[in-house]
Amino acid sequence: MHPAASVIFFTSASGAGYGLLFLLGIAGAGGLVPGSLALGLVGFALSLGLITAGLMASTFHLGHPERAWRALSQWRSSWLSREGLAAIATYIPAGLFAVGWVFLGETRGVWGVFGLLASLGAVATIACTGMIYASLPTIRQWHHPMVVPVYLVLGLYNGALWMAVLTSTLGGEAELFLDLAIIAGLLAAAVKTAYWRSIDRAVAKTTSGTATGLGDLGRVRLLEGPSTSRNYVMREMGYRVARKHAAKLRLIAGLLGVLVPLALLPLVTLGSGGWTMIPLFLAALSGSAGVVVERWLFFAEATHVVTTYYGAEAA
Amino acid sequence: MTSLPNPAPTKKLGLVIDLDICVGCHACAVNCKEWNTGGHSAPLTDWNAYSGAEAEDGEDTGAWGVWFNRIHTYEAGEGAEARTVHFPRSCLHCEEPACVSVCPTGASYKREEDGIVLVNPDTCIGCKLCSWACPYGAREYDHEDGVMKKCTMCIDRIYNENLEEVDRVPACVSTCPVSARHFGDLGDADSAVSKLVAERGGYDLMPEMGYKPVNKYLPPRPRKDTAGATGAPTRLEALAAQAADAVPTGAGGSKLLSWVDAMLSR
Repeated sequence: MHPAASVIFFTSASGAGYGLLFLLGIAGAGGLVPGSLALGLVGFALSLGLITAGLMASTFHLGHPERAWRALSQWRSSWLSREGLAAIATYIPAGLFAVGWVFLGETRGVWGVFGLLASLGAVATIACTGMIYASLPTIRQWHHPMVVPVYLVLGLYNGALWMAVLTSTLGGEAELFLDLAIIAGLLAAAVKTAYWRSIDRAVAKTTSGTATGLGDLGRVRLLEGPSTSRNYVMREMGYRVARKHAAKLRLIAGLLGVLVPLALLPLVTLGSGGWTMIPLFLAALSGSAGVVVERWLFFAEATHVVTTYYGAEAA
Repeated sequence: MTSLPNPAPTKKLGLVIDLDICVGCHACAVNCKEWNTGGHSAPLTDWNAYSGAEAEDGEDTGAWGVWFNRIHTYEAGEGAEARTVHFPRSCLHCEEPACVSVCPTGASYKREEDGIVLVNPDTCIGCKLCSWACPYGAREYDHEDGVMKKCTMCIDRIYNENLEEVDRVPACVSTCPVSARHFGDLGDADSAVSKLVAERGGYDLMPEMGYKPVNKYLPPRPRKDTAGATGAPTRLEALAAQAADAVPTGAGGSKLLSWVDAMLSR
Protein backbone atom coordinates (compact mmCIF):
# COMPACT_ATOMS: atom_id res chain seq x y z
CA MET A 1 0.00 0.00 0.00
CA HIS A 2 1.19 3.47 -0.86
CA PRO A 3 2.10 5.29 2.36
CA ALA A 4 0.62 8.81 2.10
CA ALA A 5 2.74 11.13 4.26
CA SER A 6 -0.37 12.97 5.49
CA VAL A 7 -2.00 9.76 6.77
CA ILE A 8 1.19 8.61 8.51
CA PHE A 9 1.59 11.99 10.20
CA PHE A 10 -2.10 12.00 11.15
CA THR A 11 -2.19 8.58 12.80
CA SER A 12 1.11 9.03 14.66
CA ALA A 13 0.54 12.65 15.78
CA SER A 14 -3.08 12.19 16.77
CA GLY A 15 -2.18 8.84 18.40
CA ALA A 16 0.33 10.59 20.68
CA GLY A 17 -2.10 13.49 21.24
CA TYR A 18 -4.98 11.22 22.21
CA GLY A 19 -2.64 9.15 24.41
CA LEU A 20 -1.65 12.32 26.25
CA LEU A 21 -5.25 13.54 26.48
CA PHE A 22 -6.27 10.13 27.87
CA LEU A 23 -3.68 10.43 30.64
CA LEU A 24 -4.42 14.11 31.35
CA GLY A 25 -8.10 13.22 31.81
CA ILE A 26 -7.42 10.36 34.19
CA ALA A 27 -4.60 12.15 36.05
CA GLY A 28 -6.66 15.33 36.42
CA ALA A 29 -9.79 13.55 37.61
CA GLY A 30 -7.75 11.29 39.90
CA GLY A 31 -5.74 14.15 41.44
CA LEU A 32 -2.41 12.69 40.29
CA VAL A 33 -1.28 16.07 38.97
CA PRO A 34 -1.72 19.62 40.30
CA GLY A 35 -4.45 21.63 38.58
CA SER A 36 -1.83 24.23 37.78
CA LEU A 37 -2.11 26.79 35.01
CA ALA A 38 1.30 25.84 33.56
CA LEU A 39 0.60 22.09 33.33
CA GLY A 40 -2.89 22.77 31.99
CA LEU A 41 -1.70 25.20 29.33
CA VAL A 42 1.23 23.11 28.12
CA GLY A 43 -0.64 19.81 28.45
CA PHE A 44 -3.67 20.88 26.42
CA ALA A 45 -1.61 22.85 23.92
CA LEU A 46 0.47 19.74 23.26
CA SER A 47 -2.31 17.14 23.25
CA LEU A 48 -5.00 19.13 21.42
CA GLY A 49 -2.30 20.63 19.19
CA LEU A 50 -1.06 17.19 18.09
CA ILE A 51 -4.64 15.99 17.59
CA THR A 52 -5.68 19.05 15.59
CA ALA A 53 -2.54 19.07 13.47
CA GLY A 54 -3.10 15.39 12.72
CA LEU A 55 -6.74 15.88 11.79
CA MET A 56 -5.86 18.82 9.54
CA ALA A 57 -3.13 16.75 7.87
CA SER A 58 -5.57 13.91 7.25
CA THR A 59 -7.61 16.21 5.01
CA PHE A 60 -4.54 17.07 2.87
CA HIS A 61 -4.65 13.80 0.95
CA LEU A 62 -8.32 14.29 0.04
CA GLY A 63 -9.26 15.21 -3.51
CA HIS A 64 -11.86 17.63 -2.11
CA PRO A 65 -10.87 18.79 1.40
CA GLU A 66 -13.67 21.39 1.32
CA ARG A 67 -16.19 18.54 1.36
CA ALA A 68 -14.58 16.85 4.40
CA TRP A 69 -17.63 17.65 6.56
CA ARG A 70 -19.63 15.14 4.51
CA ALA A 71 -17.47 12.38 6.01
CA LEU A 72 -19.43 12.67 9.28
CA SER A 73 -22.67 11.37 7.77
CA GLN A 74 -22.18 7.62 7.29
CA TRP A 75 -21.42 6.46 10.83
CA ARG A 76 -23.87 3.57 10.44
CA SER A 77 -21.54 1.70 8.12
CA SER A 78 -18.18 3.49 7.83
CA TRP A 79 -15.36 3.37 10.38
CA LEU A 80 -13.83 6.45 8.75
CA SER A 81 -17.05 8.32 9.43
CA ARG A 82 -17.15 7.00 13.02
CA GLU A 83 -13.56 8.13 13.53
CA GLY A 84 -14.44 11.66 12.36
CA LEU A 85 -17.44 11.81 14.70
CA ALA A 86 -15.47 10.42 17.67
CA ALA A 87 -12.68 12.93 17.03
CA ILE A 88 -15.07 15.88 16.96
CA ALA A 89 -17.17 14.62 19.88
CA THR A 90 -14.00 14.29 22.00
CA TYR A 91 -13.29 18.01 21.58
CA ILE A 92 -16.40 18.86 23.65
CA PRO A 93 -15.48 17.22 27.00
CA ALA A 94 -11.78 17.91 26.32
CA GLY A 95 -12.54 21.61 25.81
CA LEU A 96 -14.69 21.83 28.96
CA PHE A 97 -12.06 19.94 30.95
CA ALA A 98 -9.39 22.35 29.66
CA VAL A 99 -11.55 25.36 30.64
CA GLY A 100 -11.99 24.01 34.18
CA TRP A 101 -8.29 23.26 34.50
CA VAL A 102 -6.77 26.37 32.92
CA PHE A 103 -9.27 29.08 33.96
CA LEU A 104 -10.69 27.71 37.22
CA GLY A 105 -7.87 25.50 38.45
CA GLU A 106 -10.42 22.68 38.86
CA THR A 107 -9.64 19.17 37.62
CA ARG A 108 -11.84 17.12 39.94
CA GLY A 109 -15.55 16.80 40.68
CA VAL A 110 -17.77 17.70 37.74
CA TRP A 111 -14.73 18.95 35.80
CA GLY A 112 -13.13 15.60 36.43
CA VAL A 113 -16.12 13.92 34.79
CA PHE A 114 -15.35 15.93 31.64
CA GLY A 115 -11.78 14.71 31.95
CA LEU A 116 -12.87 11.08 32.12
CA LEU A 117 -15.22 11.62 29.15
CA ALA A 118 -12.30 13.11 27.18
CA SER A 119 -10.22 10.03 28.10
CA LEU A 120 -13.03 7.78 26.88
CA GLY A 121 -13.30 9.78 23.65
CA ALA A 122 -9.54 9.48 23.10
CA VAL A 123 -9.68 5.68 23.38
CA ALA A 124 -12.73 5.51 21.11
CA THR A 125 -11.09 7.68 18.43
CA ILE A 126 -7.87 5.65 18.33
CA ALA A 127 -9.90 2.43 18.23
CA CYS A 128 -11.89 3.81 15.26
CA THR A 129 -8.64 4.72 13.47
CA GLY A 130 -7.41 1.16 13.94
CA MET A 131 -10.76 -0.24 12.77
CA ILE A 132 -10.56 1.69 9.47
CA TYR A 133 -7.65 -0.59 8.61
CA ALA A 134 -8.73 -3.71 10.51
CA SER A 135 -12.10 -3.75 8.72
CA LEU A 136 -10.57 -4.19 5.25
CA PRO A 137 -10.50 -7.91 4.30
CA THR A 138 -8.52 -7.02 1.16
CA ILE A 139 -5.30 -6.53 3.15
CA ARG A 140 -4.47 -9.46 5.42
CA GLN A 141 -1.78 -7.52 7.33
CA TRP A 142 -4.47 -5.00 8.32
CA HIS A 143 -7.43 -7.34 8.70
CA HIS A 144 -5.81 -8.69 11.84
CA PRO A 145 -7.07 -8.86 15.46
CA MET A 146 -3.88 -7.21 16.76
CA VAL A 147 -4.11 -4.04 14.66
CA VAL A 148 -6.44 -2.16 17.03
CA PRO A 149 -4.51 -3.22 20.19
CA VAL A 150 -1.26 -2.02 18.55
CA TYR A 151 -2.79 1.39 17.79
CA LEU A 152 -4.10 1.67 21.37
CA VAL A 153 -0.88 0.55 23.08
CA LEU A 154 1.32 2.79 20.93
CA GLY A 155 -0.98 5.75 21.67
CA LEU A 156 -0.74 5.04 25.39
CA TYR A 157 3.05 4.62 25.17
CA ASN A 158 3.68 7.92 23.36
CA GLY A 159 1.16 9.65 25.62
CA ALA A 160 2.96 8.30 28.71
CA LEU A 161 6.35 9.47 27.42
CA TRP A 162 5.08 13.02 26.90
CA MET A 163 3.14 12.93 30.18
CA ALA A 164 6.40 11.98 31.95
CA VAL A 165 8.11 14.96 30.32
CA LEU A 166 5.30 17.29 31.42
CA THR A 167 5.00 16.03 34.99
CA SER A 168 8.72 15.96 35.67
CA THR A 169 9.06 19.60 34.60
CA LEU A 170 5.72 21.07 35.72
CA GLY A 171 4.83 18.92 38.73
CA GLY A 172 2.84 15.75 39.40
CA GLU A 173 3.45 12.07 39.86
CA ALA A 174 6.35 11.89 37.39
CA GLU A 175 7.57 8.52 38.70
CA LEU A 176 4.20 6.96 37.97
CA PHE A 177 4.22 8.12 34.33
CA LEU A 178 7.84 7.06 33.89
CA ASP A 179 6.94 3.57 35.06
CA LEU A 180 3.85 3.59 32.86
CA ALA A 181 5.96 4.60 29.85
CA ILE A 182 8.36 1.70 30.49
CA ILE A 183 5.52 -0.80 30.91
CA ALA A 184 3.62 0.48 27.86
CA GLY A 185 6.85 0.46 25.82
CA LEU A 186 7.57 -3.17 26.71
CA LEU A 187 3.94 -4.07 26.04
CA ALA A 188 4.03 -2.30 22.66
CA ALA A 189 7.22 -4.13 21.71
CA ALA A 190 5.68 -7.47 22.73
CA VAL A 191 2.40 -6.91 20.87
CA LYS A 192 4.08 -5.59 17.73
CA THR A 193 6.61 -8.44 17.68
CA ALA A 194 3.79 -10.96 18.05
CA TYR A 195 1.94 -9.18 15.22
CA TRP A 196 4.98 -9.36 12.93
CA ARG A 197 5.46 -13.06 13.69
CA SER A 198 1.79 -13.66 12.97
CA ILE A 199 1.70 -11.88 9.60
CA ASP A 200 4.98 -13.50 8.56
CA ARG A 201 3.64 -16.98 9.29
CA ALA A 202 0.14 -16.55 7.88
CA VAL A 203 -0.56 -18.07 4.49
CA ALA A 204 -2.26 -15.82 1.96
CA LYS A 205 -5.69 -17.16 1.01
CA THR A 206 -5.98 -15.20 -2.20
CA THR A 207 -3.84 -16.35 -5.12
CA SER A 208 -3.69 -15.56 -8.81
CA GLY A 209 -5.68 -18.80 -9.13
CA THR A 210 -8.64 -17.65 -7.00
CA ALA A 211 -8.43 -14.12 -8.41
CA THR A 212 -8.89 -15.31 -11.98
CA GLY A 213 -10.72 -18.56 -11.21
CA LEU A 214 -8.21 -20.30 -13.48
CA GLY A 215 -6.41 -22.08 -10.64
CA ASP A 216 -7.82 -25.47 -11.72
CA LEU A 217 -5.77 -25.24 -14.92
CA GLY A 218 -2.50 -24.98 -12.98
CA ARG A 219 -0.23 -22.16 -11.88
CA VAL A 220 -1.58 -18.82 -13.14
CA ARG A 221 0.89 -16.11 -14.12
CA LEU A 222 0.52 -12.76 -15.80
CA LEU A 223 1.57 -12.90 -19.43
CA GLU A 224 0.68 -9.33 -20.30
CA GLY A 225 -0.58 -6.52 -18.07
CA PRO A 226 -3.42 -4.25 -19.10
CA SER A 227 -1.41 -1.05 -19.45
CA THR A 228 2.05 -0.11 -20.69
CA SER A 229 2.69 2.10 -17.65
CA ARG A 230 1.81 1.70 -13.96
CA ASN A 231 -1.83 2.68 -13.43
CA TYR A 232 -3.59 4.05 -10.31
CA VAL A 233 -4.30 0.61 -8.85
CA MET A 234 -0.68 -0.49 -9.29
CA ARG A 235 0.71 2.73 -7.80
CA GLU A 236 -1.69 2.89 -4.83
CA MET A 237 -2.21 -0.78 -3.96
CA GLY A 238 0.88 -2.31 -5.52
CA TYR A 239 3.41 0.02 -3.88
CA ARG A 240 6.68 -1.89 -3.53
CA VAL A 241 9.45 0.56 -2.61
CA ALA A 242 9.54 0.05 1.16
CA ARG A 243 8.62 -3.63 1.26
CA LYS A 244 12.10 -4.70 0.27
CA HIS A 245 13.50 -2.76 3.23
CA ALA A 246 10.96 -4.20 5.67
CA ALA A 247 13.47 -6.08 7.83
CA LYS A 248 15.68 -2.99 8.24
CA LEU A 249 12.70 -0.75 8.93
CA ARG A 250 11.44 -3.12 11.63
CA LEU A 251 14.83 -2.86 13.29
CA ILE A 252 14.81 0.95 13.04
CA ALA A 253 11.26 1.12 14.44
CA GLY A 254 12.21 -1.11 17.38
CA LEU A 255 15.42 0.78 18.01
CA LEU A 256 13.98 4.29 17.87
CA GLY A 257 10.59 3.39 19.28
CA VAL A 258 11.47 1.23 22.26
CA LEU A 259 15.16 0.44 22.80
CA VAL A 260 16.48 4.03 22.82
CA PRO A 261 13.70 5.36 25.13
CA LEU A 262 14.04 2.38 27.49
CA ALA A 263 17.80 2.96 27.66
CA LEU A 264 17.31 6.68 28.34
CA LEU A 265 14.50 6.46 30.92
CA PRO A 266 16.60 4.89 33.73
CA LEU A 267 19.01 7.85 33.41
CA VAL A 268 16.12 10.08 34.47
CA THR A 269 15.86 8.49 37.91
CA LEU A 270 19.68 8.57 38.36
CA GLY A 271 20.06 12.27 37.62
CA SER A 272 18.62 15.19 39.48
CA GLY A 273 17.36 18.70 38.84
CA GLY A 274 16.95 20.12 35.35
CA TRP A 275 19.36 17.59 33.83
CA THR A 276 16.77 14.83 33.96
CA MET A 277 14.86 16.70 31.30
CA ILE A 278 17.40 15.99 28.58
CA PRO A 279 17.24 12.16 28.48
CA LEU A 280 13.48 12.29 29.10
CA PHE A 281 12.83 14.70 26.25
CA LEU A 282 15.08 12.69 23.93
CA ALA A 283 13.25 9.50 24.96
CA ALA A 284 9.88 11.04 24.09
CA LEU A 285 11.17 12.31 20.74
CA SER A 286 12.72 8.96 19.88
CA GLY A 287 9.61 7.05 20.94
CA SER A 288 7.44 9.29 18.74
CA ALA A 289 9.82 8.94 15.78
CA GLY A 290 9.71 5.17 16.23
CA VAL A 291 5.93 5.23 15.86
CA VAL A 292 6.25 7.26 12.62
CA VAL A 293 8.55 4.56 11.21
CA GLU A 294 6.18 1.83 12.47
CA ARG A 295 3.24 3.56 10.77
CA TRP A 296 5.13 3.91 7.50
CA LEU A 297 6.00 0.23 7.67
CA PHE A 298 2.36 -0.60 8.43
CA PHE A 299 1.48 0.74 4.98
CA ALA A 300 4.57 -0.47 3.14
CA GLU A 301 4.25 -4.06 4.43
CA ALA A 302 0.57 -4.33 3.56
CA THR A 303 -0.10 -6.48 0.52
CA HIS A 304 -3.43 -5.93 -1.24
CA VAL A 305 -5.21 -8.85 -2.92
CA VAL A 306 -5.61 -6.82 -6.14
CA THR A 307 -1.88 -7.32 -6.77
CA THR A 308 -2.69 -10.95 -7.66
CA TYR A 309 -4.17 -9.57 -10.90
CA TYR A 310 -0.90 -7.77 -11.60
CA GLY A 311 1.62 -10.56 -11.27
CA ALA A 312 1.74 -11.40 -7.54
CA GLU A 313 1.20 -15.12 -6.93
CA ALA A 314 -0.56 -14.56 -3.60
CA ALA A 315 -1.50 -11.71 -1.27
CA MET B 1 -26.41 6.47 2.07
CA THR B 2 -23.65 3.90 2.17
CA SER B 3 -25.60 1.33 4.15
CA LEU B 4 -26.60 -1.33 1.64
CA PRO B 5 -30.21 -1.39 0.43
CA ASN B 6 -32.42 -3.51 2.68
CA PRO B 7 -33.98 -5.77 1.47
CA ALA B 8 -31.25 -6.56 -1.08
CA PRO B 9 -32.13 -5.67 -4.68
CA THR B 10 -33.87 -8.53 -6.48
CA LYS B 11 -32.78 -7.21 -9.85
CA LYS B 12 -29.06 -7.72 -10.36
CA LEU B 13 -27.89 -6.21 -13.61
CA GLY B 14 -24.48 -7.56 -14.51
CA LEU B 15 -22.10 -8.94 -17.07
CA VAL B 16 -21.19 -12.48 -17.99
CA ILE B 17 -17.73 -12.72 -19.53
CA ASP B 18 -16.75 -15.75 -21.57
CA LEU B 19 -13.06 -16.48 -21.08
CA ASP B 20 -13.26 -19.28 -23.63
CA ILE B 21 -13.78 -16.95 -26.55
CA CYS B 22 -12.31 -13.61 -25.47
CA VAL B 23 -9.49 -12.84 -27.91
CA GLY B 24 -7.91 -10.07 -25.82
CA CYS B 25 -8.39 -7.36 -28.44
CA HIS B 26 -9.06 -4.59 -25.85
CA ALA B 27 -11.95 -3.26 -27.97
CA CYS B 28 -14.30 -3.38 -24.95
CA ALA B 29 -11.85 -1.31 -22.89
CA VAL B 30 -11.39 1.22 -25.67
CA ASN B 31 -15.12 1.61 -26.33
CA CYS B 32 -15.72 1.85 -22.56
CA LYS B 33 -13.23 4.70 -22.32
CA GLU B 34 -14.72 6.37 -25.40
CA TRP B 35 -18.31 6.22 -24.15
CA ASN B 36 -17.64 7.02 -20.53
CA THR B 37 -15.35 9.96 -21.13
CA GLY B 38 -18.57 11.66 -22.18
CA GLY B 39 -20.95 9.79 -19.85
CA HIS B 40 -22.09 9.70 -16.21
CA SER B 41 -18.57 10.02 -14.75
CA ALA B 42 -17.09 12.18 -17.51
CA PRO B 43 -14.34 12.96 -18.21
CA LEU B 44 -11.99 10.00 -17.78
CA THR B 45 -8.80 12.01 -17.66
CA ASP B 46 -5.27 10.99 -18.64
CA TRP B 47 -1.94 12.36 -17.41
CA ASN B 48 1.36 12.52 -19.27
CA ALA B 49 -0.53 10.74 -22.04
CA TYR B 50 2.47 10.76 -24.39
CA SER B 51 5.16 10.28 -21.76
CA GLY B 52 7.86 7.77 -22.46
CA ALA B 53 9.16 8.05 -18.89
CA GLU B 54 9.20 5.06 -16.59
CA ALA B 55 6.44 5.20 -13.96
CA GLU B 56 7.53 5.19 -10.33
CA ASP B 57 5.49 4.08 -7.33
CA GLY B 58 3.06 6.79 -6.37
CA GLU B 59 4.76 9.43 -8.49
CA ASP B 60 3.25 11.39 -11.29
CA THR B 61 5.54 10.07 -13.99
CA GLY B 62 4.77 7.80 -16.91
CA ALA B 63 1.50 7.77 -18.82
CA TRP B 64 -1.57 6.93 -16.80
CA GLY B 65 -5.27 7.60 -16.78
CA VAL B 66 -8.71 6.47 -15.64
CA TRP B 67 -10.09 3.29 -17.22
CA PHE B 68 -13.11 1.29 -16.04
CA ASN B 69 -12.21 -1.85 -17.90
CA ARG B 70 -8.77 -3.41 -18.23
CA ILE B 71 -7.67 -6.51 -20.11
CA HIS B 72 -5.07 -8.83 -18.62
CA THR B 73 -3.61 -11.88 -20.30
CA TYR B 74 -2.64 -14.91 -18.21
CA GLU B 75 -0.94 -18.17 -18.80
CA ALA B 76 -2.29 -21.08 -16.75
CA GLY B 77 -0.84 -24.58 -16.48
CA GLU B 78 2.52 -25.90 -17.62
CA GLY B 79 4.20 -26.85 -20.89
CA ALA B 80 2.03 -28.22 -23.65
CA GLU B 81 -0.96 -28.17 -21.31
CA ALA B 82 -0.61 -24.41 -20.65
CA ARG B 83 -3.45 -22.16 -21.74
CA THR B 84 -3.37 -18.52 -22.68
CA VAL B 85 -6.44 -16.78 -21.27
CA HIS B 86 -7.44 -13.19 -21.98
CA PHE B 87 -9.13 -11.71 -18.96
CA PRO B 88 -11.22 -8.50 -19.01
CA ARG B 89 -11.57 -7.02 -15.50
CA SER B 90 -14.07 -4.37 -14.43
CA CYS B 91 -16.43 -3.61 -11.52
CA LEU B 92 -18.39 -6.74 -10.56
CA HIS B 93 -21.24 -4.74 -8.89
CA CYS B 94 -21.01 -6.98 -5.80
CA GLU B 95 -23.98 -7.87 -3.63
CA GLU B 96 -21.85 -7.10 -0.55
CA PRO B 97 -19.74 -4.19 -1.84
CA ALA B 98 -17.40 -3.10 0.97
CA CYS B 99 -16.37 -0.19 -1.28
CA VAL B 100 -19.87 1.20 -0.57
CA SER B 101 -20.07 0.51 3.16
CA VAL B 102 -16.64 2.03 3.93
CA CYS B 103 -17.52 5.31 2.15
CA PRO B 104 -17.69 8.03 4.83
CA THR B 105 -19.77 10.50 2.79
CA GLY B 106 -22.49 8.46 1.13
CA ALA B 107 -21.06 9.24 -2.31
CA SER B 108 -20.73 5.53 -3.08
CA TYR B 109 -24.02 3.71 -3.23
CA LYS B 110 -25.72 0.57 -4.48
CA ARG B 111 -28.94 1.20 -6.37
CA GLU B 112 -32.05 -0.42 -4.94
CA GLU B 113 -33.72 -0.84 -8.32
CA ASP B 114 -31.02 -2.78 -10.19
CA GLY B 115 -28.04 -3.31 -7.85
CA ILE B 116 -25.67 -1.11 -9.86
CA VAL B 117 -22.86 0.43 -7.76
CA LEU B 118 -22.23 4.12 -8.51
CA VAL B 119 -20.27 7.10 -7.18
CA ASN B 120 -21.84 10.53 -6.84
CA PRO B 121 -19.07 12.85 -8.11
CA ASP B 122 -20.65 15.85 -6.32
CA THR B 123 -20.25 14.41 -2.81
CA CYS B 124 -17.12 12.22 -3.16
CA ILE B 125 -14.25 13.71 -1.10
CA GLY B 126 -11.58 11.61 -2.84
CA CYS B 127 -10.33 9.79 0.30
CA LYS B 128 -9.60 6.64 -1.78
CA LEU B 129 -10.73 4.30 1.02
CA CYS B 130 -13.19 2.58 -1.37
CA SER B 131 -10.33 1.67 -3.70
CA TRP B 132 -8.56 0.04 -0.75
CA ALA B 133 -11.72 -1.93 0.10
CA CYS B 134 -12.19 -3.25 -3.45
CA PRO B 135 -10.43 -6.60 -4.04
CA TYR B 136 -10.87 -6.33 -7.81
CA GLY B 137 -9.09 -3.05 -8.56
CA ALA B 138 -12.28 -1.74 -10.11
CA ARG B 139 -12.05 1.81 -8.80
CA GLU B 140 -9.63 4.33 -10.22
CA TYR B 141 -8.97 7.77 -8.76
CA ASP B 142 -9.17 10.79 -11.05
CA HIS B 143 -6.46 13.23 -9.96
CA GLU B 144 -7.86 15.94 -12.18
CA ASP B 145 -11.38 15.78 -10.70
CA GLY B 146 -10.27 14.71 -7.20
CA VAL B 147 -12.94 12.01 -7.08
CA MET B 148 -13.10 8.24 -7.45
CA LYS B 149 -14.47 6.78 -10.68
CA LYS B 150 -15.70 3.34 -11.66
CA CYS B 151 -17.79 1.30 -14.11
CA THR B 152 -21.38 2.58 -14.25
CA MET B 153 -22.70 -0.45 -16.15
CA CYS B 154 -23.31 2.28 -18.75
CA ILE B 155 -26.27 3.56 -16.76
CA ASP B 156 -26.58 6.26 -19.44
CA ARG B 157 -26.99 3.67 -22.22
CA ILE B 158 -29.03 0.83 -20.76
CA TYR B 159 -32.04 3.00 -19.90
CA ASN B 160 -31.49 5.52 -22.71
CA GLU B 161 -34.65 5.79 -24.79
CA ASN B 162 -32.83 7.94 -27.35
CA LEU B 163 -30.90 4.86 -28.40
CA GLU B 164 -32.22 2.01 -30.50
CA GLU B 165 -33.31 -0.81 -28.20
CA VAL B 166 -30.51 -3.02 -29.51
CA ASP B 167 -27.96 -0.45 -28.35
CA ARG B 168 -29.28 -0.29 -24.77
CA VAL B 169 -26.45 -2.45 -23.46
CA PRO B 170 -23.11 -1.43 -21.93
CA ALA B 171 -20.58 -0.11 -24.45
CA CYS B 172 -18.22 -3.04 -23.79
CA VAL B 173 -20.97 -5.55 -24.63
CA SER B 174 -22.07 -3.76 -27.79
CA THR B 175 -18.53 -3.59 -29.16
CA CYS B 176 -17.19 -7.08 -28.43
CA PRO B 177 -16.39 -8.57 -31.87
CA VAL B 178 -16.66 -12.17 -30.66
CA SER B 179 -19.67 -11.81 -28.34
CA ALA B 180 -17.63 -12.79 -25.31
CA ARG B 181 -19.59 -10.33 -23.16
CA HIS B 182 -23.23 -10.71 -22.16
CA PHE B 183 -25.44 -8.29 -20.24
CA GLY B 184 -28.64 -9.03 -18.32
CA ASP B 185 -30.41 -9.59 -15.01
CA LEU B 186 -28.53 -12.19 -12.98
CA GLY B 187 -31.19 -11.98 -10.27
CA ASP B 188 -33.72 -13.60 -12.64
CA ALA B 189 -33.06 -17.35 -12.92
CA ASP B 190 -34.89 -17.45 -16.27
CA SER B 191 -32.85 -14.71 -17.95
CA ALA B 192 -30.55 -15.62 -20.84
CA VAL B 193 -27.46 -14.67 -18.80
CA SER B 194 -28.52 -16.77 -15.80
CA LYS B 195 -29.12 -19.77 -18.07
CA LEU B 196 -25.72 -19.24 -19.67
CA VAL B 197 -24.06 -19.17 -16.25
CA ALA B 198 -25.87 -22.36 -15.19
CA GLU B 199 -25.04 -24.16 -18.45
CA ARG B 200 -21.37 -23.20 -18.59
CA GLY B 201 -20.53 -23.27 -14.87
CA GLY B 202 -20.04 -19.51 -14.50
CA TYR B 203 -18.12 -18.57 -11.35
CA ASP B 204 -17.24 -15.72 -8.96
CA LEU B 205 -13.80 -14.11 -8.76
CA MET B 206 -12.12 -14.36 -5.32
CA PRO B 207 -15.09 -16.09 -3.65
CA GLU B 208 -13.03 -16.20 -0.41
CA MET B 209 -13.50 -12.43 -0.04
CA GLY B 210 -17.25 -12.87 0.48
CA TYR B 211 -18.23 -9.82 -1.58
CA LYS B 212 -20.64 -11.92 -3.70
CA PRO B 213 -19.88 -10.40 -7.10
CA VAL B 214 -22.84 -10.16 -9.50
CA ASN B 215 -20.72 -10.39 -12.67
CA LYS B 216 -19.80 -13.95 -13.58
CA TYR B 217 -16.96 -15.46 -15.61
CA LEU B 218 -17.39 -18.48 -17.88
CA PRO B 219 -14.36 -20.81 -17.74
CA PRO B 220 -12.40 -21.83 -20.84
CA ARG B 221 -13.91 -25.04 -22.22
CA PRO B 222 -11.92 -28.25 -21.57
CA ARG B 223 -8.93 -28.79 -23.79
CA LYS B 224 -9.54 -31.05 -26.81
CA ASP B 225 -7.08 -33.75 -27.85
CA THR B 226 -7.94 -33.48 -31.52
CA ALA B 227 -8.42 -30.30 -33.45
CA GLY B 228 -12.12 -29.72 -33.92
CA ALA B 229 -13.36 -32.85 -32.17
CA THR B 230 -16.71 -32.71 -33.98
CA GLY B 231 -17.10 -36.49 -34.22
CA ALA B 232 -16.43 -36.25 -38.01
CA PRO B 233 -14.34 -39.46 -38.50
CA THR B 234 -17.00 -41.77 -37.08
CA ARG B 235 -19.74 -39.98 -38.98
CA LEU B 236 -17.74 -40.26 -42.22
CA GLU B 237 -17.19 -43.99 -41.72
CA ALA B 238 -20.89 -44.53 -41.29
CA LEU B 239 -21.61 -42.46 -44.39
CA ALA B 240 -19.01 -44.39 -46.43
CA ALA B 241 -20.55 -47.70 -45.41
CA GLN B 242 -23.99 -46.39 -46.29
CA ALA B 243 -22.70 -45.25 -49.71
CA ALA B 244 -21.09 -48.63 -50.35
CA ASP B 245 -24.31 -50.44 -49.52
CA ALA B 246 -26.18 -48.17 -51.87
CA VAL B 247 -23.98 -49.07 -54.88
CA PRO B 248 -26.43 -50.21 -57.59
CA THR B 249 -25.77 -53.55 -59.37
CA GLY B 250 -26.35 -54.38 -63.08
CA ALA B 251 -25.48 -51.01 -64.59
CA GLY B 252 -22.48 -50.82 -67.05
CA GLY B 253 -19.61 -49.32 -65.15
CA SER B 254 -20.81 -50.65 -61.83
CA LYS B 255 -19.84 -54.26 -62.56
CA LEU B 256 -16.31 -53.37 -61.75
CA LEU B 257 -17.47 -51.74 -58.56
CA SER B 258 -19.54 -54.80 -57.67
CA TRP B 259 -16.50 -56.96 -58.25
CA VAL B 260 -14.34 -54.69 -56.12
CA ASP B 261 -17.00 -54.72 -53.45
CA ALA B 262 -17.25 -58.49 -53.57
CA MET B 263 -13.47 -58.90 -53.46
CA LEU B 264 -13.04 -56.46 -50.61
CA SER B 265 -15.93 -57.94 -48.68
CA ARG B 266 -14.31 -61.41 -48.55
